[in-house]
Amino acid sequence: MADGATRRGFLMRSFAGVATLALAGCDSISQQPWLDPLLRSAEALTMRVQRLFAGNHALAQEFTKADIAPMFRANGTLDPGTQEYRAHAQKNFADWRITVSGLVEHPLSLSMDQLRKLPARTQITRHDCVEGWSCIGEWTGAPLAHILALAQPKDEARYAVFYCADPMSDSNGDGINDSDFYYESLDMVEATHPQTLLAYKLNGQDLDIAHGAPVRVRAERQLGYKQPKYVKDIVLVDSLDKISGGRGGYWEDQGYNWWGGI
Amino acid sequence: MTIASEPADGYAVRSRILNFLKYGANSNPADPRVPFYRHPIFVRVAHWTNVIVLTVMLMSGLQIFNAHSALYWGYQSDFNHPLLSMVAMQNDDGSLKGVTQIGPWQFDTTGWLGASQVNGQWAVRGFPAWATIPGPQWLALGRLWHFFFAWLFVANGAIFASLAVYRGHFRRDLKPKVSDITGLPAEIAHHAKLQFPKGEAAKTYNGIQRLTYFTVIFIIGPLIVLTGLTMSPTLDSAFPFLPWLFGGRQSARTIHFLCAFSFVLFFIVHIVMVVLSGTWNNVRAMITGTYEIEQAGGRHG
Repeated sequence: MADGATRRGFLMRSFAGVATLALAGCDSISQQPWLDPLLRSAEALTMRVQRLFAGNHALAQEFTKADIAPMFRANGTLDPGTQEYRAHAQKNFADWRITVSGLVEHPLSLSMDQLRKLPARTQITRHDCVEGWSCIGEWTGAPLAHILALAQPKDEARYAVFYCADPMSDSNGDGINDSDFYYESLDMVEATHPQTLLAYKLNGQDLDIAHGAPVRVRAERQLGYKQPKYVKDIVLVDSLDKISGGRGGYWEDQGYNWWGGI
Repeated sequence: MTIASEPADGYAVRSRILNFLKYGANSNPADPRVPFYRHPIFVRVAHWTNVIVLTVMLMSGLQIFNAHSALYWGYQSDFNHPLLSMVAMQNDDGSLKGVTQIGPWQFDTTGWLGASQVNGQWAVRGFPAWATIPGPQWLALGRLWHFFFAWLFVANGAIFASLAVYRGHFRRDLKPKVSDITGLPAEIAHHAKLQFPKGEAAKTYNGIQRLTYFTVIFIIGPLIVLTGLTMSPTLDSAFPFLPWLFGGRQSARTIHFLCAFSFVLFFIVHIVMVVLSGTWNNVRAMITGTYEIEQAGGRHG
């Protein structure tokens, strides 16, 4: 009898435990410190398998002019809004410079004019936002592979980190973002992919401010947040650990996957 | 045999309810029951794994959907013409009104879809907090859950399908026969009258079960995986036929959503059938493997 009672007690407690778990739901589980690393463990596997199939050079599908979206949605920062950026915009970005530094043999500093004179590529591609929507547009820009080749990456360079002009946080509560500038990173495979561009034109027009003027990254096998706008400085590094939150990008530091191929 | 003629005292009512919970509708407590080993261990493990995995996949999927609560057809999003959308509008008094649009039709879905409460606060969101993982709007974490459990879903499905074929479960119980389709009207009539197979016939699945399980496991299952993969821009570069096959990435996203709700529909019907054909007998069979079969018309007694 005692045995039966104990067993019943155990069963009741087990049941209560399961019910509590179900009621508290996954929100409390979501706050467990072991959960995040566990769920993130799938990311490396996903990336490896996707790379296995896509390789280094499989191209994203390119479309025709007839497919171009009448209105290409702009998302994220729509205007960096800083005084410095405004001053550049007033001068039509004549003084904007893109630098390439870090683990390179020949650091570069390119004006927009110099960038436009480099061999260009035009591609009509589908932009996929992490939110779920897609838009097709025609991008023109200089292949990043060419620019990096000019800078000659050192052997130990593993990532290209892009530093941007759009601030993501409001430090003094005046409603205007002024700190925490956007940054992103691609590994060398994605950075040197033939369709990865420093793009300065959308649908044949100079990039407007909402879409990243004067220059943004196109990385056509990645989601939108991996393709930063308002790009200023490109730094080649061997590790992302010591940069900002250490996860390789503004959104990554907020919890998003670094691998943006899915 | 004639329970109905027994006096409806408390004992008889209770035993009838118990009999329904054990063996379902239209089962005769007087007929003998013979234990039958119905579900091998791999079926049971795959089943309960799927219960957990699909629950997480559905709820984290709804979290991801909520980041852009609209569906489209084609390669890209025609924002002015969604097939389905869930939006919030503001009433004159400032309160939120949830509106769901399917094609040309609009429905007021306040509290459920478009606008609902999260911890007592009204929020603009497609599906309500109780249906998503995590509850509050948090796309990054929803994606982490979804893409971790997606691997478990694929692994579980692959192991189950391999063993089902190898062990003959597929050929014996799941592969539809021509007679399943020709016999469908009669089978539906039996089901409608809640006449479930007895004796030898109860040892394998009936036509409706074969057609349903085959469709859910071997058609909708692979379809939801493939449409999910089609949403990956990297995999689209590796397999351009994927978006072509489904009519574009946004079509694939819509089909993915429809597959998910086909699973939900299957789940509802599945639970109803489990209850009607004997909750305890079915649940025990899926835990221990042993199902008690009612001998037709009391042949042995």
